[in-house]
Amino acid sequence: MQYLLMIYSDEKAYAQRPPDVIKRTTEAYLAYADAIKKAGADAGSARLQPTHTATTVRVADGKTQVLNGPYADTKEQLGGYFLIDVPDLDAALSWAARCPGAQGGVIEVRPIWAM
Amino acid sequence: MTSDARAVEARVAAEAAARRSYGKLVALLAAHTRDLAGAEDALSEAFASALADWPKHGCPARPEAWLLTVARRKLVDVSRKRARGEAVAAQILRLGDELDRAPDAPEIPDERLALMFACAHPALDAGIRAPLMLQVVVGLDAAAIASAFLVAPAAMGQRLVRAKQKIRRAGIPLRVPERAELAARLEAVLEAIYAAFAEGWADAAGADVARRELADEGIDLGRLVVELLPGEPEALGLLAMMLYAEARRAARRDANGEYVPLDAQDPARWDAALIDEAEALLHAASAHGAIGRYQLEAALQSAHVHRRRAGVANWAEVLALYDALLALSGSPVVALNRAVALGEVKGPEAALLALDEIGADRRLVEYQPYWAARAQLLARTGARDEARRAYSLALGLERDAAVQRFLQDRREALG
Repeated sequence: MQYLLMIYSDEKAYAQRPPDVIKRTTEAYLAYADAIKKAGADAGSARLQPTHTATTVRVADGKTQVLNGPYADTKEQLGGYFLIDVPDLDAALSWAARCPGAQGGVIEVRPIWAM
Repeated sequence: MTSDARAVEARVAAEAAARRSYGKLVALLAAHTRDLAGAEDALSEAFASALADWPKHGCPARPEAWLLTVARRKLVDVSRKRARGEAVAAQILRLGDELDRAPDAPEIPDERLALMFACAHPALDAGIRAPLMLQVVVGLDAAAIASAFLVAPAAMGQRLVRAKQKIRRAGIPLRVPERAELAARLEAVLEAIYAAFAEGWADAAGADVARRELADEGIDLGRLVVELLPGEPEALGLLAMMLYAEARRAARRDANGEYVPLDAQDPARWDAALIDEAEALLHAASAHGAIGRYQLEAALQSAHVHRRRAGVANWAEVLALYDALLALSGSPVVALNRAVALGEVKGPEAALLALDEIGADRRLVEYQPYWAARAQLLARTGARDEARRAYSLALGLERDAAVQRFLQDRREALG
């Protein structure tokens, strides 16, 4: 089954980290992504630009509305994701717990709707 | 044999198979698909087929294997109808092959423990784990479960449906966890069993059949875990604790149906065989040298039993056990019981001070035993007005009529 691991964290605090912490976190993410690949569970991943770069689009009554900013103002923001392919939820949860983003942030695990 | 007699025979055989093996069959049918609702539907169709077929062709020698074969066929039909069902259908068929290759095996494989771990998975809402287990492992219907847990049947039905959907859609495995994870996950299984038992135990009069049954089902589930995981001290402790409690069930009411508190119970009315079994289980658990919440609670029950039987006050031992339990659980109910034990060791003033410390906990404000304990302690210090007020609050929170009368008598005895 495929699961999306969504990484939520406080992006303001994240942006203010000292350089040595940034370096360590980057290394941890690279190692994590590598481990997922080696386990044959990798189905894609990405880091997102901060929410101030977000634009929201909706169509109401045939009119397209474009708004500056993210859809929801939350205390912690979606900062990236890993899409993994593993046998079951337990395996997905164990990958989520290993994600560097789980330290100080939150990982939401959602199963992909199989078509 | 007349056709009526055959129909009766078929129904008796089908009901017996359901009682014996419902959970086993659901566990097997859902093992590969994780589709509990689908497994239950297929099984209930198989039971319907049995009631139509067995009166005509006689009851099969292995009713469970017959039911499993028919239910499996129904599952294959359903999954073939879905576009992506081929892989699943193949898995279900393989399950059949495994069984067909061992036609002489008297027992079908028992995957109920895996099913219980799925029902008590941390990804499910804690409040639905016990009801779900009762439905899919024991086979209780949603209406009976709803009434036992004091929830509207429609709401309970919906929550059960949602929990089963989550198991299937989120891919919660039907599997006994790895050794490293087992202890933490077993705790959730034991908690769900305990919740089922506690709901049944709360109905002391046994007036409510659905709830009375729940205590028995809780014990059966506890026995099942001990049978399948005999080396787990906390599973042994939980079963011991439930059996100690069950042994005192009859003694909680006198001949007139009035409530009898533990200290006034007649030990002769306790079930000695159950107590012996509980003692043996607790002894076996303690040999593992890994103490836990349920073993401590069982040890407390054991201490109460010995006090009443021997007529020797052992409150210091009881207090020490509550101290250990409180350090482990931090539960406000344990803190309350500890304060009561403290009252026996150091007097009511010390106990009231301890109660003041925990009284701010919102969960205790609506907890009848908190106010009853407070009232009794206040009465012992001579604060009769305050004691009366506390009894009134306790009375207003109690739902059992016999306990209500007991509290009223106590309040009136204050003059």
